Amino acid sequence: MILVCLILLPLTGGIASLLAARWHRDASRWIAMAAVGIDLLLTVVLWSSAPQSRWLYECNQDWIPQFGIRFHLAVDGLSLILLALTFFLGLMSVLASWTEIQDRIGFFHFNLLWVLAGITGVFLSLDLFLFYLFWELMLVPMYFLIGIWGHERRIYAAIKFFLFTQLSGLLMLAAIITLAILHQRSSGVLSFDYDSLMNTPLSSGMARLLMLGFFAAFAVKLPAVPVHTWLPDAHTEAPTAGSVVLAGLLLKTGAYGLIRFVLPFFPTSSHELAPVMMTLGVVGVLYGAFMALTQPDLKRLVAYTSVSHMGFVLIGIFAGNDIALTGAFMTMISHGISTGALFILAGALQHRMHTRQIARMGGLWETMPALSGAGVFFVMASVGLPGLGDFIGEFLVLFGAYRASVPLTAIATLGIIAATLYGLKVTSQVFQGPNRHNWRLHDLFAREWVIIGSMMACLLWLGLYPQSFIRMFQTSTTASQTIASASISPDGASSR
Amino acid sequence: MTESIVTASLPLLVLSATSVAIMIAIAIKRDHRAVAIISFAGFALSFVSLWPASSGAPVRIGSLLIIDRHALVYMGLVLAASAAIILLSFRYLEDRSEHKEEFYLLLVFATVGSMVLAASSHMVSFFLGLELLSVSLYALVSYPRIEALPLEAGLKYLVLAASSSAFLLFGLALIYIVQGTMDFSQIASVAPDAQSRFIYLGGMVLFFTGIGFKLAVVPFHLWTPDVYQGAPIPATAFVATTSKGGVFAFLLRWFAAEGGANQSMVVILGIVAIASMLVGNLLALRQTNIKRLLAYSSIAHMGYFLVAVIAGGTLGRSAATYYLAAYILTIVGAFGSLLALSHGTRETETFDDVRGLFWRQPVLASIFTAMILSLAGIPLTAGFLGKFYVLAAGASVAAWTLVIVLIISSTIGLVYYLRIIVAMFTDSDRPGSELIRERIPFTPRIVLVLLTIALIFLGIYPQPLWNAITAGLG
Repeated sequence: MILVCLILLPLTGGIASLLAARWHRDASRWIAMAAVGIDLLLTVVLWSSAPQSRWLYECNQDWIPQFGIRFHLAVDGLSLILLALTFFLGLMSVLASWTEIQDRIGFFHFNLLWVLAGITGVFLSLDLFLFYLFWELMLVPMYFLIGIWGHERRIYAAIKFFLFTQLSGLLMLAAIITLAILHQRSSGVLSFDYDSLMNTPLSSGMARLLMLGFFAAFAVKLPAVPVHTWLPDAHTEAPTAGSVVLAGLLLKTGAYGLIRFVLPFFPTSSHELAPVMMTLGVVGVLYGAFMALTQPDLKRLVAYTSVSHMGFVLIGIFAGNDIALTGAFMTMISHGISTGALFILAGALQHRMHTRQIARMGGLWETMPALSGAGVFFVMASVGLPGLGDFIGEFLVLFGAYRASVPLTAIATLGIIAATLYGLKVTSQVFQGPNRHNWRLHDLFAREWVIIGSMMACLLWLGLYPQSFIRMFQTSTTASQTIASASISPDGASSR
Repeated sequence: MTESIVTASLPLLVLSATSVAIMIAIAIKRDHRAVAIISFAGFALSFVSLWPASSGAPVRIGSLLIIDRHALVYMGLVLAASAAIILLSFRYLEDRSEHKEEFYLLLVFATVGSMVLAASSHMVSFFLGLELLSVSLYALVSYPRIEALPLEAGLKYLVLAASSSAFLLFGLALIYIVQGTMDFSQIASVAPDAQSRFIYLGGMVLFFTGIGFKLAVVPFHLWTPDVYQGAPIPATAFVATTSKGGVFAFLLRWFAAEGGANQSMVVILGIVAIASMLVGNLLALRQTNIKRLLAYSSIAHMGYFLVAVIAGGTLGRSAATYYLAAYILTIVGAFGSLLALSHGTRETETFDDVRGLFWRQPVLASIFTAMILSLAGIPLTAGFLGKFYVLAAGASVAAWTLVIVLIISSTIGLVYYLRIIVAMFTDSDRPGSELIRERIPFTPRIVLVLLTIALIFLGIYPQPLWNAITAGLG
């Protein structure tokens, strides 16, 4: 029941803030904050009182019995942490839009909360039909967020985002339906349930096709390189809250889908296609980093660093061992926070300076020491400075990937050097150097201090005591199953 | 025996009686409101009489009609759609043409025709139903007879529909030559010998040409955009829903009995389905008139529908029916929103007309958005489940080409659906937006809200309708 509450709270909160905006401007902000805040609190309570079983909490109801579709929600370590991240970043985005969004406040928060509800549903669903439903549910409000409150080329970016995700999502839907029908043929029961579908006997050709169907949807969200082109546009044009949710959460749903569905459903095909996937990951790492280097637009630069980081996640997921997978997971979490923070800072800069062009910035340390200091902190986190979350993730990914493929790991490591280059570029061209344009700007407001401070604390926690997250992640049996199935397969990852 | 026949044909009888009542009422005194009430009451009574009719189903009435649950489900759909259209268009008609009353009469005639189609089991009743429907539609389409555009649309429809009826009749004649019977169930039971197979197939193809024209599938779609655009919105909504419902019901019945066995017909239908999905969606991309855009989108939707028909079996037929129910609900809602916005002098039909609607009429704009999203097949709407069922039906018979084309073309379709939504939330200071009615009258508002609730209900909890459909088909 508590799981249903997690989804219902933002849904009803969204409607409430839509209505509340009529009589008071700030009412909808407070309602949104309360809804997300309570959800965050609930998640923390769940976390602290989690029993030791495969699914910590579960909710399983009949829904459309003719098709064996059930309303099946469950949470394990993996989804619990991602839920915490969802509500944490949700709270941050409500706070970050406090002054940025001034018109149509009610509708804005409605959309924001409904995106969060969709994401929550994605992390909780264990029925594949339900999963697809939430997967699509995220899109429409996100489309509105970008399309209404975005920047100059918002319509183009919103439509591009929608089309990419919709097409790939439909491919996944076809794969889900086919899987369910194959399962019905072999067992006689039509079901969309996670556990029943997992043991569907598949011919290797069919397994590969279905895996690619799922992979299409997740690769677009992740994004993996050839299908990433929606990301720079969407991230750049979205309002700050939209960018934070996109980078911090929507991308994670792709990685989550790979870990939750693709690896356990298609262990053999995943293993066979692992070299291809890892190569895509490496290409993503390098391509993202080098594209980031050449961007004149600050938000676009940050957007490309996401492509690079998600490349690491892809490598980690398909490396086929526990260490790399844990690394991928740590990268997901810390990337969500560090990139989210960078987008919030970019938004704060744009709000003050009305530009995102790096060339128009420079020497901001002089006028805004606190904001600039925070900026350097998060840039360094993104580059992979030891002691902060991203470092742990990338280190573990490379460490694990080394066992799977030495050359790919070596090339991927180059990505970290490129990352250092763009990190230094931002630091030197935005925050340091002479203040050529004579900016005189207000430093961090109290509200921004709260946002930035809590995000810094999280990154430090992730970097200094990752064990608390790793333990939680490893209780999730998905991980162990994945690893078990990977080691059963004919030639284990370690022998190559 | 006779008693059960009367009970079974009650829906048809009630509605036919309604048409007489309307004629008498008009003869006594022209009163728009009274006629509207009479016709709505007729639809409602006829709808209610579906339950007593279903008690004895299936009942054969002579060799012409069969009232089984399949027919009753479709009659229910058609009646509900027509009733909703009447409620939505009362205000619109009040503002416009001088003689409004006959509009309702024609609407009732056409609905009776559509219901006869749904129940027909014989070539004669089929043709009677089709002509009753078509002839009423000629008049409905060109009803505002002083304006040029509706007249042009009506004429175009008349010429094309009449020639397609000729094709159809010729096709039926060819089939009759081979099989020697006009009863559809008997046509299916005898396989033609090798010599006459080509005549038979030729008959089938001509027959399908007539059907395809009514459904507006590629390559028989050319009339659709002009008629949709030219006809007054209530007539357009009617063409898009009720007129298709009856033909659909018939097509499903015929395909279940006959077409599935005939491999070459399956191939032909497959090609038609693919062409409709692609052509409809691609041509819709370039439209700036919403009525015209919905015309092209309807072509694509007919293609989706055919995918389920081709898949066949109980799943395919149930999926097709659910899809049609969702589509009718959605399209009535979409045209209803346009109707509610239209002023007396001019219809709301272009992108410019709805620009900025979100900020001036938030509730109506949300309803319209829900309808558009349902057409696009986004979750939580009936359209999504319809598409899901169609995909499931296609995948269950491993019709991969159709499934892939469906996926790609519905993504293309998203582009223009999104364009409508974009138009609604972009700001507009243009004077054109004044054309929108500022206060939505009470009845359309209630009907639209109910339609939206039904849309979301069917998108979340399909079980009751699905059960009703499968009970009728299984």
